[in-house]
Amino acid sequence: MMGKKKLGTKSGGHMRDIQPDIQPDIQPDPRAEPLLEIKGLSTAFAAHTSAGGAVAKAVDTVTLSVRQGETLAVVGESGCGKTVLALSVLGLIPDPPGRVVRGQALYRGRDLTAMSEAELEGVRGNHIAMIFQEPMTSLNPVFRVGEQIAEGFRLHKRATRAEAAERAVEMLRQVGIPNPGERSQSYPFELSGGMRQRVMIAMALVCDPDLLFADEPTTALDVTIQAQILDLMRGLQQRRGSGILLITHDLGVVAETAHRVAVMYAGQVVEQAPVAELYATPQHPYTQGLLASVPRLGVRRTLSPIPGMVPGIFNLPFGCRFRPRCAQAFGRCEACPPLYELGPGHTARCWLFDGAPLAESVHCEPQHNKASEAQA
Amino acid sequence: MIPLLELDAVARHYHVRGGLLGLKQGTVRAVDGVSLALMPGESLGLVGESGCGKSTLARCILGLEPLSAGRVRFQGRDLGDWPQTELRRQMQMVFQDPYSSLNPRMSVGAIVAEPLVIHGLGNASVRKAKTLALLRTVGLDADMARRYPHQLSGGQRQRVAVARALALGPALVVCDEPVSALDVSIQAQVLLLLQDLRERLGLTYLFISHDLAVVGQICERIAVMYLGRLVELAPAEALIREPRHPYTRALLSAVPVPDPGHARTREHLVGELPSPLNPPGGCPFNPRCPEVMDICRREFPPAFDTSDSHGTGETGDTGETRLAHCWLHKPA
Repeated sequence: MMGKKKLGTKSGGHMRDIQPDIQPDIQPDPRAEPLLEIKGLSTAFAAHTSAGGAVAKAVDTVTLSVRQGETLAVVGESGCGKTVLALSVLGLIPDPPGRVVRGQALYRGRDLTAMSEAELEGVRGNHIAMIFQEPMTSLNPVFRVGEQIAEGFRLHKRATRAEAAERAVEMLRQVGIPNPGERSQSYPFELSGGMRQRVMIAMALVCDPDLLFADEPTTALDVTIQAQILDLMRGLQQRRGSGILLITHDLGVVAETAHRVAVMYAGQVVEQAPVAELYATPQHPYTQGLLASVPRLGVRRTLSPIPGMVPGIFNLPFGCRFRPRCAQAFGRCEACPPLYELGPGHTARCWLFDGAPLAESVHCEPQHNKASEAQA
Repeated sequence: MIPLLELDAVARHYHVRGGLLGLKQGTVRAVDGVSLALMPGESLGLVGESGCGKSTLARCILGLEPLSAGRVRFQGRDLGDWPQTELRRQMQMVFQDPYSSLNPRMSVGAIVAEPLVIHGLGNASVRKAKTLALLRTVGLDADMARRYPHQLSGGQRQRVAVARALALGPALVVCDEPVSALDVSIQAQVLLLLQDLRERLGLTYLFISHDLAVVGQICERIAVMYLGRLVELAPAEALIREPRHPYTRALLSAVPVPDPGHARTREHLVGELPSPLNPPGGCPFNPRCPEVMDICRREFPPAFDTSDSHGTGETGDTGETRLAHCWLHKPA
C-alpha cells in the first residue's frame, strides 16, 4: 500500500508539493435533522414486450436519509437503480413509462413526490441541485458556459443579467478555473473534460443548494482530474455544510469521500452502514463479493469475482434477488428477506441475520417469477 | 532469450491541416521515441491518462499505423519484413468496447470462426469443433455459438472477443482497456480469465489500461506514458511501491484506495494536460512537475537506470532494471 510512510521516507528529499490531504474529515453532526429522508420509495417502469405488457420496479422500497454536512454514497453496478432513485426524488422520471408508485421523499419535511411541477421548480436547482455524469451531453453546446451558469441564478434568485453574470464568474473562480472572466465566455467544446465537469459543479452550486446529488461526477475523467474534482467537492461541503448524495460504482471514490454507504442491488438497498464499518465488516454476501472483486493498488491477491451476472429488472429472480449468485443461499432465500438492523446505522437485507431486530415494517413484495428464474 | 517484441525509438506523428488552404498547421506527436522490449510469456502494462498515446502505440505495434520513425521488431524480425497474414496469426487484439467490436449481424459462432475462415484453416467441421473448444476455453457454453451479440451481457461479449483473438493461436495479445467498460463483479471475472489463459496457453500480453490497480493485478512490468513519451518503466510491484518519476508519483497518489482507513496523501498536480499540438519543450511534464529544474525545460531526459539510486539497494524484487526518463535520476 502506498501511504504517508513511503512518501515521507524514501523520496521525502525531493517532495515540496505534498499537502497533507484536506484536514481530518469533519464528521457530520449525528443529531442534525436529516435534510432528505427517502421512505419506502418505489419507482416502476412499464414496458411492452413480445409477451405483452410488463411492469418492473427499478427502485423498490428504498429508505435512506442524508443529513447536513454528510455524504451518503449509493453504490452499485449498472442497472441497480441508483440513478433512477435520484431522478425519482427530483421528479425527473419521464411519465410514461416511469412513475413513483409508493413512498415519500421528504426534503426538510416536505414531500417532493407530492409536489406540483411548479413547486418542484422552486426547489430543484435552488435548494437541491444535481451534477450529471456526462458533462458534454448535459451542457448546451450553443450557449456560453457563463450564461448557462447564470441562468439558474436569474431564475431562482430574481437577479438581473449583470448580477447573474458576475455571480457566474465568481462560481467559476470558486471551482478553480483559471481566468474565470475569460472562460465564462467560452463554449463547452472549447473546454477540456475536467473543465466541463467544473462548469457542471459551478452550475449546480450557483444558488447555494443545501443538498447536492452527484451522479458519477468523476467517472468520465482521468484519475488526476478526478482527484482534483473530489477535493473540490469535499472542500465546498466543508465550507457550506451541504448534504451530498453521491452515486457511484467506484469503491475507491466511496472510501475517500463518503461518511455512510448504501449498497444497491437490483433496485433494493441490500446493506447500509457507516463507511469504515462497511469496508471492515461487510455483512451482506453481495457487499462482500463486491469488495472481493476490486483489484487493489499494490496488493496482489487472487480476485474472487461474484459468479453470474446482474439480473435485468424485467427478469428478477423470486425471493432474494441475489440468491442465484450467492454462495451462502439456502432454502429461506426463496422468500424476500426483510431489512435487519445489525448495529447503529447498519442494516442488511439477508436471511442470514434472522433473529436480529427488523429495521423496517415494510417488506418488499414477493415476486413469483419462476419462469424467468429457470431461464436465468 | 530474444525478446518477442522490441520497440526502438518508435514515433508516430500526425500532421494537422486546417484553415482555408488546408495548409499544415502543426504536428501532433502522438507517440515519440518509445523504446521497450517484451519477453515471451511476459505481461507488460501500459498506463497513462487519456491522450497520452497508449492506444496509438498499440496500433503501431500491431502494424495498423505506419511509423514516423523508429523500428518495431517481432521475434527479431522487422515488422515490415513479415507477411501480413503470418503477422496476424502471431499478434491479436482485444478492444475496450465489446458493444462495438462484435458484428451485430453475425452469430457468436461465426464471429469466433471468422479468423479461421479468413486464414483458410480446416474445413467446416474442423472449424466448428475448434470454435466450440474456444468457447469452452473462455468459459462459455456451446449453445452460445448460436446466439447473437445483443443477446449477451457485457462480460459474455468480452469473452467472445477473447475467444476470437485466440482462434489463430497468437503469441502476443494486445489488450486495449479490456475491462474498462465492465462492472466491478464482471471485471474481476474477465481479469481472472485473462490471467488463467496466459498461464495455460503461454501468452504474452501488452495490457493497456488507465486503471493502475487493474494493471498491478495482472502485469509483471508497467510502462507509464505521458504526452506521447515513455516516462517510467519498472517491475509492477516496485513501481507501485516506490515510483521514481514525479508523474508516476502524482498518478499513483491520485488513485482512490478502497479502504477508508487509508492515510491519504495526495500530490496535487497543478494545471491541465497540455495540448499535444503544442507540447512544452524538453520534458513534457515540466510545466506541472513539482521538482522541475532548468535542464527539464531544454532537453528530454534519456532513460536513466534507477535500479540502485536513492541508496536503497533495491533493484526490484526480480533484479530487473528500472528506467526513468527524468533528470532527477541522472547519475552524479
